[in-house]
Amino acid sequence: MKVADIIGRFSLEVSAGESGLEREVTGGYCGDLLSDVMANAEKGTIWITIQRHQNIVAVALLKELAAIVLANGCRPDPETVEKAKEEGIPLLFSALPAYKLAGMLYELGIE
Amino acid sequence: MKRYKTDLHIHSCLSPCGDLDMSPRRIVKRCREIGLDIIALCDHNSAENAAPAVRLGKDLGVQVLPGMEINSREEVHTLAIFDTVDQALAMQERIYGALNGTNRPEVFGDQVRANEFDEVEGFNDRLLIGAVDLGLKEIISNIHKLGGLSIASHIDRPSYSLLSQLGFVPPGVDLDAVEVSRPQWMKEEGKDILKDLGLPAVTFSDAHFLAEIGRRLSVFCMEAATVEELRLALWGKWGRTVEM
Repeated sequence: MKVADIIGRFSLEVSAGESGLEREVTGGYCGDLLSDVMANAEKGTIWITIQRHQNIVAVALLKELAAIVLANGCRPDPETVEKAKEEGIPLLFSALPAYKLAGMLYELGIE
Repeated sequence: MKRYKTDLHIHSCLSPCGDLDMSPRRIVKRCREIGLDIIALCDHNSAENAAPAVRLGKDLGVQVLPGMEINSREEVHTLAIFDTVDQALAMQERIYGALNGTNRPEVFGDQVRANEFDEVEGFNDRLLIGAVDLGLKEIISNIHKLGGLSIASHIDRPSYSLLSQLGFVPPGVDLDAVEVSRPQWMKEEGKDILKDLGLPAVTFSDAHFLAEIGRRLSVFCMEAATVEELRLALWGKWGRTVEM
């Protein structure tokens, strides 16, 4: 499944990184401590977080994640949007809490 | 040049997790007993016990700097250390403007405002343990605008630290130093991290109990107990130094 398909299904808002919407999503991860995400998230993962700091973009790049979803209505810091634009990392946005988003993705077959 | 035994990370009974015995008077007396020269009172998101501690320090011969330990939006803890109580209170005003919630003492602990005579003046009912709605970068820039020193707290800890929350030090973060709580970490897994950081490292007690004060300290060699001298010593300028 592609990032773009997920956006369509859950009506996620795209804040930045439109060029990465054709990426394949192969798994999911939730976490707000970037040390943990750096250690445990796998390549191709769609990552759900409420951490808005610009370092999330660097973590997504480093770990080759498919996309970042900011949950619970958390708006990204302006620097975060800038970075995501520069790096072409899809930065998505949802008003739903992480638990619900993760459950919906799991039901779609993303494990 | 003088040698100052320095512990810039001490909580008082104002911090919900601080022991009730941590009154400004007992803290300063304890510091004098164990021979500390400079301390900073750094309660969570508040500097309301700083003024009595500074006055007591003058009476008892310990240099007390007013400060606070601020919890940023990213839940990164940072020490803010100032020369004057007015500066600390100006910072406190900015923090209070971005801090929501009410303390529940039965859950988080009492937040006691004490005077210099060891009496309870009142209780702070803000949620001091909470995170303020200000990003780390903004907090550091505010600390600097007010003339203070910003030191990232216990960066080697698995929670509420710069490294646990943000993974690595973000570009454009203008810290003066980092605090390390395990000297062993600096020699082992933290060695390369600190090298990459390019920031001075210090260690302090993060005391929440009287017996913990000074359990870790740094020795500053400098001319006076001021923020400017601390900054020079951190960066090894003009003959000033700091060692752990």
